[in-house]
Amino acid sequence: MFVTCVVDAVTPETGVAAVRLLEAAGCAVEFPEAQTCCGQPAVSAGEPEAATRLARHFVEVFDGYDAVVVPSGSCAAMVHHWYERLLPPEWAERVHALSTRTYELSQYLVDVIGQMDLGARVDTRVTVHDSCHGLRNLGIRDQPRALLAQAGAAIVEMEEPETCCGFGGSFSLIHGEVAGPLADAKLRHAAATGAECVVACDQACLLHLEGRRRRTGIGPAPVHVADLLASGLP
Amino acid sequence: MSHCLVTPGRTFAERAERATQNTELQRALGNLSVRLHTARMVDERHRDWKDRASAIRRETVADLDSWLDRAEKALQRTGATVSRAATPEEACDAVLDVARRVGAHRVVKSKSMATEEIELGDAFAAAGITSLETDFGEWIAQVAGERPSHIITPVIHKTVDQIAALLSGYAQRSLPADHEFLTEFARGELRPHFLDADLGVTGANFVVAETGTIVLVTNEGNARLCTTVPRVLVCVAPVEKVVPRLTDLGVLLPLLTRSATGQPLSNYVTMLTGPRRAGEVDGPEELHVVFLDHNRRALLGTPYEDMLACIRCGACLNVCPVYRTVGGHAYDSVYPGPMGKVLTPLLSAGTAGLDLPGASTLCGACTEACPVEIPLADLLVRLRADLRGGRDAARVAAGRKHVPRSGEAGRRLPGEGYASPASRLALTDGDHAPNRRTRAFIFRTWSRMWSSPAGYRASISVGRAAARLFGAKAGWMRRAPGTAGWTSTRDLPVPARHSFRQRWRARTRVSQRGDESW
Repeated sequence: MFVTCVVDAVTPETGVAAVRLLEAAGCAVEFPEAQTCCGQPAVSAGEPEAATRLARHFVEVFDGYDAVVVPSGSCAAMVHHWYERLLPPEWAERVHALSTRTYELSQYLVDVIGQMDLGARVDTRVTVHDSCHGLRNLGIRDQPRALLAQAGAAIVEMEEPETCCGFGGSFSLIHGEVAGPLADAKLRHAAATGAECVVACDQACLLHLEGRRRRTGIGPAPVHVADLLASGLP
Repeated sequence: MSHCLVTPGRTFAERAERATQNTELQRALGNLSVRLHTARMVDERHRDWKDRASAIRRETVADLDSWLDRAEKALQRTGATVSRAATPEEACDAVLDVARRVGAHRVVKSKSMATEEIELGDAFAAAGITSLETDFGEWIAQVAGERPSHIITPVIHKTVDQIAALLSGYAQRSLPADHEFLTEFARGELRPHFLDADLGVTGANFVVAETGTIVLVTNEGNARLCTTVPRVLVCVAPVEKVVPRLTDLGVLLPLLTRSATGQPLSNYVTMLTGPRRAGEVDGPEELHVVFLDHNRRALLGTPYEDMLACIRCGACLNVCPVYRTVGGHAYDSVYPGPMGKVLTPLLSAGTAGLDLPGASTLCGACTEACPVEIPLADLLVRLRADLRGGRDAARVAAGRKHVPRSGEAGRRLPGEGYASPASRLALTDGDHAPNRRTRAFIFRTWSRMWSSPAGYRASISVGRAAARLFGAKAGWMRRAPGTAGWTSTRDLPVPARHSFRQRWRARTRVSQRGDESW
């Protein structure tokens, strides 16, 4: 598992949840301790050289595993979408082999091992936010919904589930004036569903939303799909 | 043409902040939601259109100079005069030359972003020539003294109440805030001017190389009046408007109108092939075409070449969460939204809009909506890197021909130059940007530390300690030094007491003793 830097440092419980789900699905999970960050912050900041250094490190750490599972659509998409462009041509084969084996968590559970029933029970009313890179680069839309529905959650779709929450990496650090209102719109749409929580596959989006919610008090609690599902494991 | 903006400011961030606080603007922008799914509907209903259209556009751009030559010859065969303008100034001069030669005093214009780009309205005014925008939206913007805020719907930033108030001031009587009434009013105001005008000016949606046909798409028929009533017509066409064959329009026209407004075809499609011939009852006696380059051909052979495929449908604006939040004036550029963020620094050779590529969440809604498959989000990322050296690097980026294209030998993003785009940087307070070397140093150091597990662990520990030092409580901070960009609108999450890897290690130790809980 590639746990991502955000989960590792800020919300380690999400990593624990992801491991519990994978183990419930019968997977043997390894955590290569040399892992750090996929390098996306540097790409989106316009510093490709720095990103390349981290991409190289990532490839070296994760070469050789059957599957690299990531509790983040955005970090998995970074590997798929940018690595071949960042790394020199002599790395192309390795990168290609690795990116075809790199999956977002819900995508891995549903599409790769077809394990929808993890034995989790989540009897809550939820709404799903489709995080951008998972949705548009990896086609992740149905997978988290399938897992939630299987676990018994009632999914109430919000208006514009596919509209960006306003996080956007470096964008949210330099354009708080736009990121804030975008988070508000997302949280308002989520609140209108009456859901107890807004679920997504990316902790960065969720932390941005929670950071805003702590200021305004508007909207249901943002929760990572792994956290919610693992909370319902026996 | 006035550049008056409803949300003025020195930077995108300042203008954006004003925009989010402008309640009338926010109300007006709500009208954009009707266009949110337009692009997707096209894709769902007509799966093959995108591929076909993008193939046509790529074919054109790949050999643009040659198609341009063919278009020029075909236009000349129809009796049109063709000139080429390297700069906006040359384009204005070409139009003014015609206007002076024919002694024009009153000009009617149909909607054209190219004439906005060359600021033709200002050039006419300076030459003492009256020019009138005849598209309803453009006319409203002209009456208001404002720049259009959207490439298809120029006054989407105004509510109908604001438009009624504006036109009431113009009419010096109270007009009701009723769409139909205001449209009728405008029609009454504009119609006499068509009959009076001695010069018509249009842009071009497409110019067909095979036949020399100029294609104009409108919903109001004003382009048809501009091209048929005045004795002389000048058409300003950016070079990339060329399409190879008349049959290409079979895909491009409905794709343009469906993507722009959801219409199967616009109310009017004007196809003008040459000036009036003997025996014809209408059409201009003289037809002049000005091909505008303005740094476009410099993009050929660079990774930005794709941008020349753009057909100006506005779909990327309609789906962009940033555009929908701040409106077009926040960009302070002729072309706003995602396509404008890419185009503005390129057309200006890095002298304008340097902070625009950073003003994107990179959500990819634009790339998804684009009917000709321009990878807008990727181009924004590339521009962020290429604009790091400031204006000089941007000039080089826009002008250089040797940049390898994706799939060729050097797939790497160009890396010359250092440091920050003109946009404010993540690691600073407010709008105080660190110098580019500092920024490059920060990212270099960061990537070196984080490509070693020990460096990574150490920096997380430092971050955790710093957060505690600055009084983080329960995982969140109200504010922290150097994070004003974030904490201006949100609480900042801080590192957890124990990282995942610490917990993993603890678990490994525990499980060796046979206890599974962690």
